[in-house]
Amino acid sequence: MIPTIEPATLDSSVEVHRLGRRPKGWSGWVSGLAPSGDHSIAWSELERRLLEMGIVEGARVELMHEGPIGRDPIAVRVDDTTVALRRRDADVILVTAAE
Amino acid sequence: MTTTHVPEIALVGCPNAGKTALFNALTGSRQKVANYAGVTVERKEGAFVTPGGKSVKVLDLPGTYSLRGRSPDEIVTRDVVLGLQKGEAIPDAVVCVADATNLRLVLRLVIELMSVGRPMVLALNMMDQVEKQGGRIDAARLSAELGIPVVPIVAIRKGGITELLEAIDRMPLEAADPRPHGWREPNAEEIRATHATATRILKDCAFHPGDEKLTRRLDAVLLHPVWGVLVLLAVLFLMFQAVFTWAAPAMDAIEAMINGLGRMVGEVLPDGMLRSLIVDGVIAGVGAVLVFLPQIVILFFFIILLEDFGYMARAAFLMDRLMAGTGLHGRAFIPLLSSFACAIPGIMAARVIENRRDRIATIMVAPLMTCSARLPVYTLIIAAFIPEEARVFGFGLQGLTMFALFATGIVSALLVAFVMKKLIWKEEPEPFIMELPDYKWPVPRNVAIGLWIRAGAFLRRAGTIILAIMILIWFLSSFPAPPDGATGPAIDWSWAGRLGHFLEPLFAPIGFNWQIVLALIPGMAAREVAVGVLGTVYALSATGDEVGEALKPILTAQWPLSTALSFLVWYVFAPQCASTLAVVRRETNSWIWPAVQFAYMGTLAYAASFATYHLVEALTR
Repeated sequence: MIPTIEPATLDSSVEVHRLGRRPKGWSGWVSGLAPSGDHSIAWSELERRLLEMGIVEGARVELMHEGPIGRDPIAVRVDDTTVALRRRDADVILVTAAE
Repeated sequence: MTTTHVPEIALVGCPNAGKTALFNALTGSRQKVANYAGVTVERKEGAFVTPGGKSVKVLDLPGTYSLRGRSPDEIVTRDVVLGLQKGEAIPDAVVCVADATNLRLVLRLVIELMSVGRPMVLALNMMDQVEKQGGRIDAARLSAELGIPVVPIVAIRKGGITELLEAIDRMPLEAADPRPHGWREPNAEEIRATHATATRILKDCAFHPGDEKLTRRLDAVLLHPVWGVLVLLAVLFLMFQAVFTWAAPAMDAIEAMINGLGRMVGEVLPDGMLRSLIVDGVIAGVGAVLVFLPQIVILFFFIILLEDFGYMARAAFLMDRLMAGTGLHGRAFIPLLSSFACAIPGIMAARVIENRRDRIATIMVAPLMTCSARLPVYTLIIAAFIPEEARVFGFGLQGLTMFALFATGIVSALLVAFVMKKLIWKEEPEPFIMELPDYKWPVPRNVAIGLWIRAGAFLRRAGTIILAIMILIWFLSSFPAPPDGATGPAIDWSWAGRLGHFLEPLFAPIGFNWQIVLALIPGMAAREVAVGVLGTVYALSATGDEVGEALKPILTAQWPLSTALSFLVWYVFAPQCASTLAVVRRETNSWIWPAVQFAYMGTLAYAASFATYHLVEALTR
C-alpha cells in the first residue's frame, strides 16, 4: 500500500488541490505529483507517464472539458498540449490556483 | 568489403507529429506493410534514393513519448532503436519527427534518444503552422544546443524534404556502429531533469504565441457533453450508413462481375472437375474476398479522414466512460460499429486502437455484432416461424425477434470483453492518458496512400488465406461425386455430406437435423450460403432470392419451433465465418487468437442453442 500524502500538509500557506477534483474551467499550476491510493497503474509508472506528457512541477494547467458521463474523463490544457485522462488518475496531480 | 550495405533509417516521434506524412513524402506509395516477427505491431517499411545517390531503407516506427516501452507498440520502437528487435538490423540513423507547434514533449524525447548514441536528425514538421500562428523557431540555435542537425520541414507539402535528404546524405551511414547503446530506463527524477533541459532549450530557441484558436473553438462544440455526443452519433450514423448501404451497389457490381466471369469460364471449359474447381472454387472463392473490398475502402476512408483530422482522439474521449466498464478502449467503438456491416472491415478497423491488449479484446468480440450476412438467415427463419400478426405491447413480434437477436449480440460482446478483462489479461490495463492533438485538414494524397496500402494488404494477405479455405470448403462439398443414377442432392454424397451425417449426433442435443448440420459446413464460407444449401438439400429447383420464399413452407412444416429458435440463437454466436477467422489470424499475426475465438464462440453457441432448444421444447410440449 502506497502511503497517501494529504495535499494540505505539503504547504500550509498556499491551498493545494488535487486536479481530479477541480471543476471545468479551473486553471492553475502543477505543484507536485503524489500518490492517491486509487490510481489505475503502479505509482512509479503513472508518475513517469504523467511527467512524459508534460505534467511536471511548474506546468500551467487548465481544465478545459469534461466527458459526458459522470464528468469523466477530463481534457486538460498542459502548457502547449491538451491531455485527456481519467479523474482518478488526475487525482495524483497536485495543483495550486492561478491568482 | 564487397557486400553492399543498404543503410536503414528509422522514423521516431511522438504520436500525431506527422511521422506518416513524412514517411509518405519520402517513399510515395512504395511501402510494405506487415507485422513485426511474433508481435501484433504493424511494421511499415519503404525505400528512397538520396540526392547523393544513396539507396536508403526507411522504417516508420510506432509513435511514442519515451523509450521506456510502455506498450507492445512502444517496445518495438525502443527495441528497433536499440538494435534489440528480433529480425531487425540496428538502424544506421534515427530521424526524429517533431510537431514544431508542440516542441516541449518531443525535445525531451530527443534528449533521451541522443543517449542511445546513434546518428540523428531532428525534422521540425509543420513549420508553416508555427509561422501562421505568429511563432518562430531558431533552427540553427536549436541545432547548436542539441548538437544534431535540425531541418525544418512541411511534410504534407513535401517542403524541406530535399534539405532533410541532404542532411541524411551527410551522415556516416556506411559503417555499422559496433558500440553498445548508452540508454537505460530513466527514473522520475531523470525525466524531470530532461524536461528541465528541454524547457531551457525551448526558451532560448523558440517563441510560441499561444493556443491554436481553431482547435479551441471546435472543441467547445465537439467535446461538449451534449453537442459533442450528438455530433459523434451523427458521424457514427453516417459511417454506418456508408458501410451498410453505400457499399451495396459496388458490392453488387463486383458480385455480378464474378458471376459473369464464372459463367463465361464455365461455358469455355468442359464439364468436369477442373471446371468445378475453377468456377465454384477459385472464382467464387476470390469473389467472396473481393466483395468485401468496397466496405473496407469506405470504412477506411472515414477512419483515415477522422484520424488525420484529429477527431478519433475526441471520439475516444467521449466514449471512454461508456466503454471503460467493459474493459474496452474508447476507440473500440468504431470497429464494433463497423462490425454490424461485416466483421472483416470491423476487425481491420481495430488498428485504430494503438494498445495491443485493447486491440485484441476488440477483435475477439467484434464478430458477435450482427453482421449483414446473418440477415438472410434471420429473415428466413423469422418469416417461417414467427407469425406476422403476433404483437407484444403493440410491437410486431417479428421485429422484436430481430431486435432481440441484435441486442443479444451486443450484450454478449460487452460481457465477453468484461470476462476477458477479468480472466485473460495478466498485464496491467493501459491507463487512459492521451494527447488530444490540434485539428488539421486531412491531405488527399495521404488519405489516398493510406487507402491504397490498406486495400492492397487486405487483398494480398487475407486473400491468400481466405482463398485456400474456400477451395478446401469447395473440395469437401464436391467430393466424392455422386455415383451415376444416384438420387438426392449431390452434396449429400460428398465429404461435407458425410461429415454432416457424422456430426448429426453431436448437434442432436441442440435440436439440429442432418440437413442443418450439412448446411453449416459450406456456411463457413459465408453465413448466408447456408440458406442456399438448405434449398439444395431440400431438393429445391429455385435459385437466388427465390430460395428463401420456396423454403419457408417446407421449414415451417418440417422443423419444430424449438429447432428453428435454436438455429437462430446458434447464428448469433457461432464462429460461422472462415473469412473472419482468417482476418483475425492476419491481424493478430498468430493462430492462437482465431483458435480462442472459434472455441469461445462455438461453446457459447452450443450452450445457448442447447438452452433455447430445451426451454422451448419444455414450453411447447
